[in-house]
Amino acid sequence: MNAQRPSAARVSSVAPTAAPPTQGAEVALCNLTLGHDRHPAVHHVEARLEPGSLTALVGPNGSGKSTLLRGIMGELRPMTGQVVLQGAARGRIAYLPQLSRIDRSFPLTVSELVASGLWHLTGIFGGLRADGRARLSEALAAVGMAGSEARSIAALSGGQMQRILFARVLLQDAPLILLDEPFAAIDERTTDDLLDLIDAWHAEGRTVVAVLHDLDMVRARFPNAMLLAREIVAHGPSGAVLSEANLARARARLAAAAQATPDVCEIGEAAPAPALRAVGGEGL
Amino acid sequence: MGALLHELFLQPFAEFGFMRRALVGVTAIALGSVPVGVFLMLRRMSLTGDAMAHAILPGAAVGFLVAGLSLPAMTIGGLVAGMMVAVAAGFVARSTLLLEDASLAAFYLISLALGVLIVSLRGSNVDLMHVLFGTVLALDNAALLLLASISTITLLALAFLYRAMVMECVDPAFLGSVSRSSAVAHYGFLLLAVLNLVGGFHALGTLMAVGMMILPAAAARFWATRLHTIIAVAIGIALASGYGGLLLSYHFDLPSGPAIILTTGLAYLASMVVGRVSSLRAHLFPPRHLAA
Ligand SMILES: Nc1ncnc2c1ncn2[C@@H]1O[C@H](COP(=O)(O)OP(=O)(O)OP(=O)(O)O)[C@@H](O)[C@H]1O
Ligand SMILES: [Mg+2]
Repeated sequence: MNAQRPSAARVSSVAPTAAPPTQGAEVALCNLTLGHDRHPAVHHVEARLEPGSLTALVGPNGSGKSTLLRGIMGELRPMTGQVVLQGAARGRIAYLPQLSRIDRSFPLTVSELVASGLWHLTGIFGGLRADGRARLSEALAAVGMAGSEARSIAALSGGQMQRILFARVLLQDAPLILLDEPFAAIDERTTDDLLDLIDAWHAEGRTVVAVLHDLDMVRARFPNAMLLAREIVAHGPSGAVLSEANLARARARLAAAAQATPDVCEIGEAAPAPALRAVGGEGL
Repeated sequence: MGALLHELFLQPFAEFGFMRRALVGVTAIALGSVPVGVFLMLRRMSLTGDAMAHAILPGAAVGFLVAGLSLPAMTIGGLVAGMMVAVAAGFVARSTLLLEDASLAAFYLISLALGVLIVSLRGSNVDLMHVLFGTVLALDNAALLLLASISTITLLALAFLYRAMVMECVDPAFLGSVSRSSAVAHYGFLLLAVLNLVGGFHALGTLMAVGMMILPAAAARFWATRLHTIIAVAIGIALASGYGGLLLSYHFDLPSGPAIILTTGLAYLASMVVGRVSSLRAHLFPPRHLAA
């Protein structure tokens, strides 16, 4: 098993564009308001993610992290403002949703699912050449799933499925990578492996945003953080952003938003305020 | 012995042109409808298929009202009505998740009543039977040509859209993020389903056409685990059932459409009992587990 543990060097050899560092995408959020139905979930957000930056997106439950990622993806249409992407064409953003809606009962093998990460090369009709096949098995090896090509996706454990999805992100070779709570329900060992992959993407110059709840992990492994509570509470170097004062402000702001009388701009789904108060200290 | 076998299995086709035509028609239906049915089943849209099949009835009936028993008029009417329900069903599925099956059931009950009403406005009972149960033993050249064209179009379109359709089933959000083919795959697939149901209705009738789609696919699920093998097995089951059903209807003087669908249904039941994958047999007599 140890032999399969990915190292950063190993991973970077997977992507062919790794040798000259990938040009990461730049993301500019301009007065961005996103929501569901008519309820805004994130308000008037102004921020810029530098090309090649590695940012942890943190905030309490219901603070709009997933909504923000879906807005950057283009899945949600902004209510006001816009998302300006530079260096990431449509279809070249890799996105790992919080709850993937993959139909695991469909008769598909691991390699067939992961190979869809090469869509930008194969298109709807093109074949997987020898080179693509080699990249596929390298990507599987990089996530510790070497040799699982022929397994059925129905027969994977939750953590194995997550590794497979990371392998697909790897193949997508995208300048912008968005990960929504990628380590929920993942064991420590797998988390470490996948964190190494993220480091490798960062080293290659890709822009990476990951939603996380483990603040110690953010401080240790992520240079930048953005703290969200329906609006941006703080954005910058992780250490400064995750101060106790900022975290308290984020909790207070979300609780206030939940209790606010619904006026045109402040309407939100009732956030689970009691649960939020119960969460203290480090957890968000 | 040989003579008996010949008489049972070959002679009906050797002797009668209408039996050969029926066999050609059923073969064409199997080749086109079955792969579409496999996708319908895997997308848990079997009921949608049923609703579309019933919706074709009033469309075809309007064609019948305008032009009598005319192939083009009834085909076009069926296509238009089928597409309308397919789009409506897609819309319903997206906007009112909870009500999907109930509103589909409502759709097809209304369609069925409307269709029967329209046909009986002008036609005789014989015409009604034709629309409801098809005329596989009276397929003329034009009808055969129509069936063959539909299955050719279907196979070509499936070959081209296969990858997008698979991803549309498995991970639609991902397909949407990497490609614009998502809508093409979705509506293209619905169009193929309607086309095949309209083709099937000339031979098997509106009520039976959907059986040729769903039953072989459901049966094949008990034998195969990969998508392409499921499709291959399903086509095999459909061809065998079509042939067997025609023989049954010939020897026992049964209506051919129901005979074919019942044979397919028997194949389904048998597969459910003795199939290789999660059948009753596998359930009742589980193989010993492997050593850990
Ligand atoms: N599909 C939806 N329809 C309606 N409202 C939604 C939808 N998804 C999220 N919301 C609401 O938008 C707000 C932000 O939700 P979002 O999922 O972005 O939070 P989050 O920060 O990702 O939370 P978590 O940490 O629990 O994943 C919440 O108040 C939620 O109730
Ligand atoms: Mg979320």
